[in-house]
Amino acid sequence: MKLDSKIPEGPLAEKWNKHKFSVKLVNPANKRKYDIIVVGTGLAGASAAASLAELGYNVEAFTYHDSPRRAHSIAAQGGINAAKNYQNDGDSIYRLFYDTIKGGDYRAREGNVFRLAEVSVNIIDQCVAQGVPFAREYGGLLSNRSFGGAQVSRTFYARGQTGQQLLLGAYSSLSRQVATGKVKMYTRTEVMDIVLVDGQARGVVTRNLITGKIESHAAHAVLLCTGGYGNVFYLSTNALNCNASATWRAHKKGALFANPCFTQIHPTCIPVSGEYQSKLTLMSESLRNDGRVWVPKKGGDTRRAEDIPEAERDYFLERRYPAFGNLVPRDVASRNAKYVCDEGRGVGDTKLAVYLDFADAIRRDGLNVISAKYGNLFEMYEKITGEDPYKTAMRIYPAVHYTMGGLWVDYNLMTTIPGLYALGEANFSDHGANRLGASALMQGLADGYFVIPYTIGDYLAVMPWDKVSTDRPEFREAEASVHGMVNRLLTIKGEKSPNQIHKELGKIIWDYCGMSRNAEGLKDARQRVRSLQDEFWNNLKMVGTGDELNHTLEKASRVADYLELGELMIVDALNRDESCGGHFREEFQTEDGEALRDDANYAYVAAWAYKGAGKDSELHKEDLVFENVKLTQRSYK
Amino acid sequence: MKLKLRIWRQKDANSKGKLVDYDVDVNSHMSFLEMLDELNEQLVEKGEEPVAFDHDCREGICGTCNLYINGRPHGPVRTTTCQLHMRHFNEGETIVIEPFRAKSFPIVKDLIIDRSSFDRIVQAGGYISVNTGSARDANETLIPKPIADEAFNSAACIACGACVAACKNASAMLFVGAQISKFALLPQGKAERKTRAEKMVAQMDAEGFGACSNIGACSAECPKEISMANIARMNREYFGAKLTSTNL
Amino acid sequence: MSWVAQTLNSTLGRKLVVALTGLFLCTFLIVHASGNTLLFRGDGGQAFNEYTKFMTHNPFIKTVSYLLYTSILVHVVYTAILTFYNQKARPVEYAYSKPSANSTWASRNMGFLGTILLIFIVIHMKTFWYEMHFGNVPIVSYEGQEYKDLYAVVKWAFSQWWYAVFYVISMVALSFHLVHGFRSGFQTLGANHPKYNPLLSKLSWAFGIIIPAVFASMPVVVFLQSL
Repeated sequence: MKLDSKIPEGPLAEKWNKHKFSVKLVNPANKRKYDIIVVGTGLAGASAAASLAELGYNVEAFTYHDSPRRAHSIAAQGGINAAKNYQNDGDSIYRLFYDTIKGGDYRAREGNVFRLAEVSVNIIDQCVAQGVPFAREYGGLLSNRSFGGAQVSRTFYARGQTGQQLLLGAYSSLSRQVATGKVKMYTRTEVMDIVLVDGQARGVVTRNLITGKIESHAAHAVLLCTGGYGNVFYLSTNALNCNASATWRAHKKGALFANPCFTQIHPTCIPVSGEYQSKLTLMSESLRNDGRVWVPKKGGDTRRAEDIPEAERDYFLERRYPAFGNLVPRDVASRNAKYVCDEGRGVGDTKLAVYLDFADAIRRDGLNVISAKYGNLFEMYEKITGEDPYKTAMRIYPAVHYTMGGLWVDYNLMTTIPGLYALGEANFSDHGANRLGASALMQGLADGYFVIPYTIGDYLAVMPWDKVSTDRPEFREAEASVHGMVNRLLTIKGEKSPNQIHKELGKIIWDYCGMSRNAEGLKDARQRVRSLQDEFWNNLKMVGTGDELNHTLEKASRVADYLELGELMIVDALNRDESCGGHFREEFQTEDGEALRDDANYAYVAAWAYKGAGKDSELHKEDLVFENVKLTQRSYK
Repeated sequence: MKLKLRIWRQKDANSKGKLVDYDVDVNSHMSFLEMLDELNEQLVEKGEEPVAFDHDCREGICGTCNLYINGRPHGPVRTTTCQLHMRHFNEGETIVIEPFRAKSFPIVKDLIIDRSSFDRIVQAGGYISVNTGSARDANETLIPKPIADEAFNSAACIACGACVAACKNASAMLFVGAQISKFALLPQGKAERKTRAEKMVAQMDAEGFGACSNIGACSAECPKEISMANIARMNREYFGAKLTSTNL
Repeated sequence: MSWVAQTLNSTLGRKLVVALTGLFLCTFLIVHASGNTLLFRGDGGQAFNEYTKFMTHNPFIKTVSYLLYTSILVHVVYTAILTFYNQKARPVEYAYSKPSANSTWASRNMGFLGTILLIFIVIHMKTFWYEMHFGNVPIVSYEGQEYKDLYAVVKWAFSQWWYAVFYVISMVALSFHLVHGFRSGFQTLGANHPKYNPLLSKLSWAFGIIIPAVFASMPVVVFLQSL
């Protein structure tokens, strides 16, 4: 299959404008004849559903939550980037583009990233108009802060709850459209499969999570805005119910899955405290603006942080990266934390943590300033650990946070299945091998507010208006296969709960396909995942029935997909014989331990095609063309 | 630590529920929900139905989790259930776990309730009518920092429903007050403020929530510390709107 | 429904009615309490009896008094309606609840306190208002003018220990009712401002303690004098 990214020809800065002019339009009166299904109501989903409904399309939106406002976008803390240059510090659309491409270690498309930087400014305008209470200066203007991987202050924020406020903005727009009747909202409804008619995505099969009822919904196009697959790792900063089922099942129906091994490990999370741990909690990266990361110079130092004298501390990020210091990109910060812990210099009970110390910042700016900036984060830390970060240094450790990989999409955000789109974290397109801080919110909203409303018209304009009936055999078959899977899961009479198997999978992926990887480990891990797949389908312990609220069943259905997706992550990591961004292969590093890219052989998107159960996936390559930026070794020294 | 749990079990919306006793032995570093996870793993192992409870982000922001623990919404500490840790309980203690109870929050199963009434209240007017793409430059509207901060304080609501659960009248006025306030405070929200207040209050009443008697339990239990000033502001907005709006 | 009826039938409108009537009753309490301190003049009741005659015959006061009776009725009826709907809002009670952790006893028991006050008002009106208007109150004359000697009725009533005790208990209930109700009325009217909240709270406490204390002192003093 030849992958056509459909990036418009022409100079970088004109591509999007040109494309907006060249896409076909659906006239306003005809828009009401088209139905669009939106799966997921996070930033990408809610913004897309609202914007499309405003245009006149009929939207059906689905979420497994009890309310669209609970999607995990809500947990993003730090902020959202935009090239507004309000601070007069040299920012521009081109600089945001450049930082994002470089931060992604040159594994993203120039065209997509430039468009992202371009519309970033509109997002802020839109959100302010919706009433998002961004932080402000005393004069009433918007305030900015700086973030990892950038040397300008371009991050807009709402205390430590930016994601919440942006999501509530999108949710309010969505609610307005629900009230007008243009959006039909289905809550506590999980999408179980995508339905193709004549090769086009024409609907979904859903399961009502309360009654267990399996139903079909038909439309002219389907948008997957279902987030990432970080929960393959079991422990991550994702919400517990975040899952990859919609994207994975779309993949099994023919959508290619791109760069699954590009996963991001976030450096500032609260460390694991025990086996019972169910999730990891992120502390916003913005903490690194004022906090200093260090470990004791000597291993096995059991003194309390505040008792270790300055001379015996190793501020390892400041030492190794004098230019960026504590603000190096996430992958660099995470990996360095792992190294010092591997050297035995980790702190805390588990020795899998480093200090993030605010003592200097409090001395410099005063307690009030620090508490105004980070108060809610400090409070959260104290609630979880029982320690007061105003008095003692925080302990942090990296954790899985974001997945750059996802469904392959073209410039129009369409997957390889016609009529099936992927937005936000669910697609692969904008962050390359590593995402910069405060860019996830930007991308989700860019896709939903400012990209899909244009690009979907190009597809629908040539679609006939006729609706397809859910009585068609394609829908019946999909329903039957969902029924079949539910029954199959419920009839395994084994010993292990879905949660146990998930935990085992997570440990394999974290150990072998996490912060650093090597060929031998990956091969071993693949075998282990395969046998875990076998165990899952033979030794699963289930309770309850399919026609009631059954969390065990929901979990099992998701774990079944994690097991397959986990294997593909390993396969992809094994294929990519280079290190780049979040993908660090131990065999490929520079002399001083930095990621060593192989641009000659791996400057491509690895898009995998599903070939059937137990069969190897097929690799398709989309070559990345860099016409504007020069590929360099990333350096933050 | 060994604990006795008394948990509300109810098969579905139409069945009768009852408190059932369970004994657990847990680690004091666990979160409250991890303690329930542990119980559920044991129940599944024995082939029994696990206790159904709502939860998602487990970092105190999505507002999904909602348990009435030992007579208080979200338990003894002012936080969300997911951020409550077992170190706040004592060895041998009995913990009673019930769902949030209100007519407008019908029980779905065990500890899971239906809070869609909150969504319907927001749909009635909890938004600023601005279509995508029609916004002007973000810095054209100056908003004094204290006003932006106050709007943020109201907007911090996570719609968990603890206010309703704590209120002896099962009133949703703290929630609705916060939703009305966050827009009423901002210049962008002024255009629709009258209609918004009228419609949201009408929907709140239609959902069957009780009336506020200014007890303050809502605010005292709110994990996001939404203040009673929001209710006072809602009252001003509503009475002002009723007196002066052109909606007949 | 007209917008007025709509407003008054909304939860907020009902609360508004309760707040307005409640605060109006508070102003009445100030007048009533200060007028009744004439009992302590030590002039054998002359000032008090002159005052009661004025209060029962001045046309303006009479009009206000009808407003007052209406306010009491409306306050009672509207709180009853609110209570009815509030109870319907939670049909199934918690098996175990610990409201003391988040609210004061008085604020949660305004209905109970109000019921005591209602019983009190009925008995109080029977003893004094009814007697004054329709009963056989002895007549006294000062400077040739005839007055009904309500002072004597008061003295007689409060000389009975159980009657005095009933009054004191009722005034304790009034105190609790006012400490919450006064502040609550302002909150319902939308008065909540960080600058003035402390003042309102203090005022509420002062009002809720001083007024009932003044009222309660009357049966206590009269009873002690009767011994």
